[in-house]
Amino acid sequence: MAQTLYDKLWNAHLVEQRDDGTALIYIDRHLLHEVTSPQAFEGLKLAGRSLWRRSANLAVPDHNVSTLKAERAGGLGALPDEVSRLQLQTLDDNCLAFDVAEIPLNDVRQGIVHVMGPEQGAVLPGMTVVCGDSHTSTHGAAGALAQGIGTSEVEHVMATQCLIQRKMKNFRIEVTGTLQPGVAAKDVALAIIGEIGTAGGTGFAIEFCGAAIRGLTMEGRMTLCNMAIEAGARCGLVAVDDVTLDYFRDKPFAPSGDDWARAEGWWRTLHSDEGASFERTLRIDGEGIDPHVTWGTSPEMVTSVNGCVPTLADMPDETSRLGLTRALEYMGLEEGTPVSDIRPDAIFIGSCTNSRIEDLRSAAEVLRGRRIASNIRKALVVPGSGLVKAQAEAEGLDRIFLDAGMEWREPGCSMCLAMNADRLMPGERCASTSNRNFEGRQGNGGRTHLVSPAMAAAAAVAGHFVAVDSLDSEGATA
Amino acid sequence: MKPFTQHDGLVAPMDRANVDTDLMVPKQFLKSIRRSGFGPNLFDELRYLDEGEPDSDNSLRPLNPGFPLNCARYQGASILVARENFGCGSSREHAAWAMEDFGFRAVIAPSFADIFRSNALKNGILPIALSSSQVEQLFTEMYAEEGYRLIIDLEACALVLPSGDQWPFEVDPFRRECLLKGLDDIGITLERAEAIRSFERGHRKRFPWLFKDIAL
Repeated sequence: MAQTLYDKLWNAHLVEQRDDGTALIYIDRHLLHEVTSPQAFEGLKLAGRSLWRRSANLAVPDHNVSTLKAERAGGLGALPDEVSRLQLQTLDDNCLAFDVAEIPLNDVRQGIVHVMGPEQGAVLPGMTVVCGDSHTSTHGAAGALAQGIGTSEVEHVMATQCLIQRKMKNFRIEVTGTLQPGVAAKDVALAIIGEIGTAGGTGFAIEFCGAAIRGLTMEGRMTLCNMAIEAGARCGLVAVDDVTLDYFRDKPFAPSGDDWARAEGWWRTLHSDEGASFERTLRIDGEGIDPHVTWGTSPEMVTSVNGCVPTLADMPDETSRLGLTRALEYMGLEEGTPVSDIRPDAIFIGSCTNSRIEDLRSAAEVLRGRRIASNIRKALVVPGSGLVKAQAEAEGLDRIFLDAGMEWREPGCSMCLAMNADRLMPGERCASTSNRNFEGRQGNGGRTHLVSPAMAAAAAVAGHFVAVDSLDSEGATA
Repeated sequence: MKPFTQHDGLVAPMDRANVDTDLMVPKQFLKSIRRSGFGPNLFDELRYLDEGEPDSDNSLRPLNPGFPLNCARYQGASILVARENFGCGSSREHAAWAMEDFGFRAVIAPSFADIFRSNALKNGILPIALSSSQVEQLFTEMYAEEGYRLIIDLEACALVLPSGDQWPFEVDPFRRECLLKGLDDIGITLERAEAIRSFERGHRKRFPWLFKDIAL
């Protein structure tokens, strides 16, 4: 019978199906970080349990690390925030006690767990991957079944190497054609969320396919799958093709020699079969996708850069009118405002969504030879890993950002969730390449507009949201 | 986990859609390495007028008088009623821990985000999905009547309204069993250790590269 990609991955990891509809699913790779693991390690200790398969686990600190070089120079023990330091130290201690491989703070491979994983080949096509972080969906770009889990599940995977789950439904999203210049994977993700809503993918595994998806690099596919969770789907998927294989070929923990040949044989089968059945399908015209900007406090509150904030009259019911009113009040915006009139105070280029080398290149291309506008009070560029940072510096991208008036930081989650000192002040408005524009996400009272790296760079230069191709004609700040 | 069989509780409103887990527990509190003590910071940014820090004395902070959970009539509430897509966003189980610590045993909404639903069930909190019109009716009745209570009968999978009306609801049968008996997932799965080992042997033969040690 014709199978979807998700069906194949599920079946290859099915330990047992139970009569009550739940199943035990075997987990190949478990990624850990400092925020959602301490309580799980403690649970193991209290119950006197050990790790089922130690080598499946790989840890890295990312959420809570400082991104300032000076603060990190003295190592973990010298970090100024005492509470953060204890959490980071606890990760080190637990990894030592349970003999879990950990990439430490000042290792060049350290970075955001979802950037580090594929970069090291610690995540590979065909794997089941979990991490106590909802953006684990990122790894679906490799043709891996990857999902975010809570801390109880982290402990469960540590102790049993399995998850108890019900099979999800299949959702196929086809993006046809070729994307317009200046339109990135982030815009595709935002356009999809605008279409299906933040709960549109709940209960589904979403497979992204079609010519526009095939045309994306691995980095772009990661951006797209990363945002699957913002559409409600615990995992996003992209079928394996040459782009996938070329990406993983030389990664440190990827198989080599005969193992690679065997792996490739299996990976080449990781696509949905002709005629496979999906419970839900959606087709989007890729050529019609504009650069997108979120205007509200949920990723589904999004529109084209050429559009306007909606009006109360546009809303279908009372709950949405209430939602719009609350969002506009929080965001300090009037209904009907053109997106291009919105002026950010801050720029954040980073996060597991958009901190890979391709993201930095696309932002730098817009910023080359330009300065950020006078209304931009802070502008952070936070590479996704030490290796991304080194690559960017080898290409001179750091100079472009610095010359434009931006800060060039050390890797970490940074202002995406603002657990560390990188955060917005109340009322501050940010053009951000991250994934969530929730109230308070980037700092208490902070206002987030989600955009692609090129769009964040364009907003930095113009001082307001603008499509990259309009930036030249505008000329004012070039 | 505390067993959940029948619960009779005071109902409080969270009258918005897409309540995300960042709103339930803001990031600064995720620095804790403990699993308890999050209750005072549940909905922190809505509940207090100032910005809370992990070391703040919450009893001294100014409360937002407009937030329902601060109102006298909702003190002691253990059932929360909300709108669509409750618990979306971050996978932080701290959100479920905070709900539990605050004293909530159930959330009623038209729909839930997958990860929060799973986290809640593992912490003895029952997510009950009802139709939008049923949820609307609960809001109307709760606003109209102070001290509005509901009885949740998990054995019968029914919600009992003050009127005596019984509304059936669905729960995953496995999760229902775990809640009724207060069972620990890990213990249940480890009873199948032999099946996992046997699967693992076959998996290793088929995909040997997955079992290589990570040498850093």
